[in-house]
Amino acid sequence: MARSTEPARSPSSGSNPGVLLSAADVARVVDRMAHQLIERYARGGGVGDDGAIDPGSADGGLSDLVLVGIPTRGAPLARRLAARIEAFTGTHVDVGTADITLYRDDLRRRGVRALEPTILPDAGIDDRLVVLVDDVLFSGRSVRAALDALRDLGRPRSVQLAVLVDRGHRELPIRADFVGKNVPTSRSQQVRVHLTETDGADEVLVTDGRPEVRAAGEESQ
Amino acid sequence: MKRHLLESADLDRADATLVLDTAAQIDQALAGREVKKLPTLRGRTVVNLFYEDSTRTRISFELAAKRLSADVINFSAKGSSVSKGESLKDTALTLEAMGSDAIVVRHGASGAPHRLANWVRGSVVNAGDGTHEHPTQALLDAYTIRRRLGRLAGVRVAIVGDVLHSRVARSNVWLLHTLGAEVTVVAPPTLLPVGVGTWPVEVSYDLDAVLPKADVVMMLRVQGERMNASYFPSAREYSRRYGLDGRRMAALGDEAIVMHPGPMNRGMEIAAEVADSVRSTIVEQVGNGVSVRMAVLYLLLGGRSE
Repeated sequence: MARSTEPARSPSSGSNPGVLLSAADVARVVDRMAHQLIERYARGGGVGDDGAIDPGSADGGLSDLVLVGIPTRGAPLARRLAARIEAFTGTHVDVGTADITLYRDDLRRRGVRALEPTILPDAGIDDRLVVLVDDVLFSGRSVRAALDALRDLGRPRSVQLAVLVDRGHRELPIRADFVGKNVPTSRSQQVRVHLTETDGADEVLVTDGRPEVRAAGEESQ
Repeated sequence: MKRHLLESADLDRADATLVLDTAAQIDQALAGREVKKLPTLRGRTVVNLFYEDSTRTRISFELAAKRLSADVINFSAKGSSVSKGESLKDTALTLEAMGSDAIVVRHGASGAPHRLANWVRGSVVNAGDGTHEHPTQALLDAYTIRRRLGRLAGVRVAIVGDVLHSRVARSNVWLLHTLGAEVTVVAPPTLLPVGVGTWPVEVSYDLDAVLPKADVVMMLRVQGERMNASYFPSAREYSRRYGLDGRRMAALGDEAIVMHPGPMNRGMEIAAEVADSVRSTIVEQVGNGVSVRMAVLYLLLGGRSE
């Protein structure tokens, strides 16, 4: 999703990018998502008033959790979520990445591109609780490709989806289980997620679309 | 990338590196998986058009295409209408009319894949043409070197043996040069091509002088079937001067590796003890060949061309 959408910026392209989330907002949203994951996956997961998990019940479900990031930007997001969960609960959470390029249904239209790594935890994903992590949920096609890739990588007990931004315009019956921020957008707009690991800074921008019409299902944001 | 892969010169440094990186990612993605199959080229058809015998190249391409879910048609000249006199062009047009997206061609005549590329709309991959080139072999050799030694730039490679008849040597010379390796060809004068002076290589006639400085020794098969004259006095003499035996292997540096594109003439250019030693990457090369060919097919066929 975020992967290709760094269109060469020409003077005519999109007018004033609006900042949707600042660096501080991104950190807060990631923290909140980490708490939501803890709540869902920690066994008996009671969350105290201070937001910390009762240490007695913090283990179990969380140790079965695997956060699988979809490159490019889903991968650092998954690592951040795992780090925050570990900071809040003291439980280590496995992280992986699954490159979906070879599973895309739009290769013919968009052309080939360099592959990103696929790395799974040593314990694999069989019978574990997988949460796919991506930056932006748009058409849902990346997620479909990721589900196909997961099927070839193992057989998780369950698969859920966490995204930093849900911008709507789904083309497939797919929804996210954990959403950092819902953003109503028009199809012509672009949502760009920048992360320190990949882009040097944390921010989420919305820009007006450029004049040319993007074909439905293409991998824009 | 260009639409066809006909010779190593079709790849600039960026393209060649992209192929190697892609192969590495595919390797990593498939490692330890039960389902070693990707849906990437579903619905595409790859024709293996083999006018010369081949074991590993044909099987390697077939496996690569199948692992990417392409449909594969194997065509060998024996038992086809070629024996009734059908030309390469008519055969190719027939295959294309049946909807092939890529033709992987091996032919005894140097340049046959170039001719083919002018006749068909799909991609053409050269799987060895006469004594000209065999680019995917060079790519898998480069991939193997990079995996073993961690780099290609500055690596000193000695290519030893029947350089005159070897398409593997030609492809490797150009690709390794593109990727920044330093190549020395070692052969008796009768087994060096006339134009070797124009290649970006050093030339030596003395294997023992070259071995201590080499990071990679690439032995070539003595191609008896292409030799219609005597290029050296006897197999025994060739083996003594240019064969790699245990004694010579001992002269190599600690990290140096020994490669051979196969099929080997054990006891001729390479001794069994060398072929089976830990320095030998010969079996590894075969495995790497599948990943590299998957990368090539993906990059040529995966998306729109140009």
